[in-house]
Amino acid sequence: MQTAYKKYFRDNLPHIWCPGCGNGIVMGAFARAIEMLDYDKDEVLVVSGIGCSSRITGYLDFNTLHTAHGRALAFATGAKVAEPRLKTFVIMGDGDAAAIGGNHFIHACRRNIDITTIIINNNIYGMTGGQFSPLTPKGRKATTAPYGNIDRSFDIVDLSKGAGATYIARGDVFHAFRLSYLIAEAARHKGFSVVEAVSTCPISYGRHNKFKGAADMVNYLKKRTIALNRASRMNPEALEGKIITGIFYESEDEEYCDAFERLEASVKKGARK
Amino acid sequence: MTKAKKPKLLQGNIACAMGAIKAGATFFGGYPITPSTEIAEYMAAQLPKAGGRFMQMEDEIASIGAIIGASCVGHKSFTATSGPGFSLMQELIGYACNAEIPIVIANVMRSGPSTGLPTLPAAQDVMQARWGTHGDHSIIAISPYSVKETYIQTIKAFNLAEKYRTPVIILMDEKIGHLREGFDVSDDEIPEIIQRKRTLDKENYIPYENTPSMVPEFIPLGCGARYHITGLTHNEKGFYTQKSDEVEKFLFRIYDKIEKNKEDICEYEMFEMDDAEVVIVSYGSVARSAKEAVSKLRASNVKAGLIRLITLWPFNDTLIYEKCHGKKLVLMPEMNLGQLSLEVERAIKDTPFYSLHGAKADLIDPKVMADKVISLLKERGEV
Amino acid sequence: MEKKFNITINSAWCKACGICIFLCPKNVFDADDEGKAVVKSLEKCIGCLSCEVHCPDYAIEVVEVQND
Repeated sequence: MQTAYKKYFRDNLPHIWCPGCGNGIVMGAFARAIEMLDYDKDEVLVVSGIGCSSRITGYLDFNTLHTAHGRALAFATGAKVAEPRLKTFVIMGDGDAAAIGGNHFIHACRRNIDITTIIINNNIYGMTGGQFSPLTPKGRKATTAPYGNIDRSFDIVDLSKGAGATYIARGDVFHAFRLSYLIAEAARHKGFSVVEAVSTCPISYGRHNKFKGAADMVNYLKKRTIALNRASRMNPEALEGKIITGIFYESEDEEYCDAFERLEASVKKGARK
Repeated sequence: MTKAKKPKLLQGNIACAMGAIKAGATFFGGYPITPSTEIAEYMAAQLPKAGGRFMQMEDEIASIGAIIGASCVGHKSFTATSGPGFSLMQELIGYACNAEIPIVIANVMRSGPSTGLPTLPAAQDVMQARWGTHGDHSIIAISPYSVKETYIQTIKAFNLAEKYRTPVIILMDEKIGHLREGFDVSDDEIPEIIQRKRTLDKENYIPYENTPSMVPEFIPLGCGARYHITGLTHNEKGFYTQKSDEVEKFLFRIYDKIEKNKEDICEYEMFEMDDAEVVIVSYGSVARSAKEAVSKLRASNVKAGLIRLITLWPFNDTLIYEKCHGKKLVLMPEMNLGQLSLEVERAIKDTPFYSLHGAKADLIDPKVMADKVISLLKERGEV
Repeated sequence: MEKKFNITINSAWCKACGICIFLCPKNVFDADDEGKAVVKSLEKCIGCLSCEVHCPDYAIEVVEVQND
């Protein structure tokens, strides 16, 4: 009944992620989203960068492209513009997307190209053993912030909105069913869609920040997340330290591949003159 | 209405862009940079008419990322840049080497380092073209020396990229890029174009199969072959491996598939070499001056000849040895402080070798070359 | 009529992270000596699938038992 999502996995499981790693939960949610969307496997392209979460493309039975750190959106943009028929997803970590990949991220938002981008935000560079990222909250510890992170962090929702994304949502690995729904809605949306999936990293982030293990971290999300519609009725003090989830923004604008078709039509028309 | 006449004078950059379209490129991702921008401008105007798509990306890293992405899903793809952009592209050139993705990069070289002299010529990126990206790999790099040859060699670059599943770099210096000269290419001069396969016609496709040709058949993603492409070293199925025997087989294959096919890949021109006692080795726009220098030397009865390398990488050391050993001397003028000349010197072993470094961000005067040969011959008591 | 469920655990894939044990609203699971999840009281399972959907390693499958 529920296990139909496993048909989207390749036969090279179990995966390499640590015990209790949120990446596994997100990959399950992603597979369930594809099931909801009922996409044909051959028409799906999944592109990832480098980092723990980016190993996801190795396990998914689609057209998969594991690129370089921070560059997934550049590869995906070229692929989508060249072959718009491909249902294109980009899956990256928080460092991958917001640090080294930040320039490609804001420009992909700006272009409004029909790509669904999932940023798995576990607040840390896990693969390299626990350094802070641009999404690590101030004050949190990391191997490169032994005295507490002094960097202010991005709010991916605000950043995406400022850069022009036309569907922006935030989910989390505790609300895993809801995360599938947010991903499916993102894919249904025509234009650049961003889903921030707040996730957990018990080994690199949890241990450095006094979490008592994987379950404790999921419990933290259970307690700290609050749905957007409830949050919008609360005053800011009450929202202190809360993680607001839901669909934050949805708007329509010309999709980038449609703009190409418009250009090509005018060129053809012009040529006939 | 008379048939549209081919343009009388054509710019090198435009010839390069035309060659890319002729070769069947349907995706260009680039970023403006002197002295290559004319290529992007031409692609922006002409690619839509040729059923292709042009993108100006946010930087050169995005540009090469985009063309690799487009190539992965079935499109011959192309970018053009110059030194600073070429430096930014290095990491992903390595990605295309590891994942064996065919792409073509035109690097219109300007004098460096850094911002250097954006509008002036040099050949200071030759070693970078070979070793710019980290890790063991091979690469193909071509240096045309005329507008017409740029057109033809760009088509060949795409053929080589497809045939060997590798990035191919077209190294034009600024003079070739901006030069306008006659351009009459007859149909039989245009190489046969290797088409890319875009359908899977067999049951299980092994994307990185170790075949005798050392080059696995390339079926792009989304064309019926649902597999995995990665920059991680991978086994024949395309998945990450760190097993030492698989790693070794992989590294030797992506290296040997090019280094062991120099006969097929490497092109050169011999000019007045039959009875040459003195040899000039050169490439690119400097080779035009070298031809002039050979004629000058012949006029003052010095039997000089020129080996003009069209393919720089892989470096054909056996050819250079065969043609140069035993000669009185070999001179290599280069618009840099000695890059490919290091390879030539290594290849000719015991034959006397001299390099003539051009560091004026300008062509090297034929007279300077001829005088240098004569003074060297005198020095060696050969004349 | 109360629904019945069957839970299978692939202990080879289970990495003893404890998420399912913690999240199960009916305390169906227990941890074995390696910390891996084992079914303790199947009859309490209400089929909410919280365990399955939160298992990072897809080691748990909950299937409704169709009583004939």
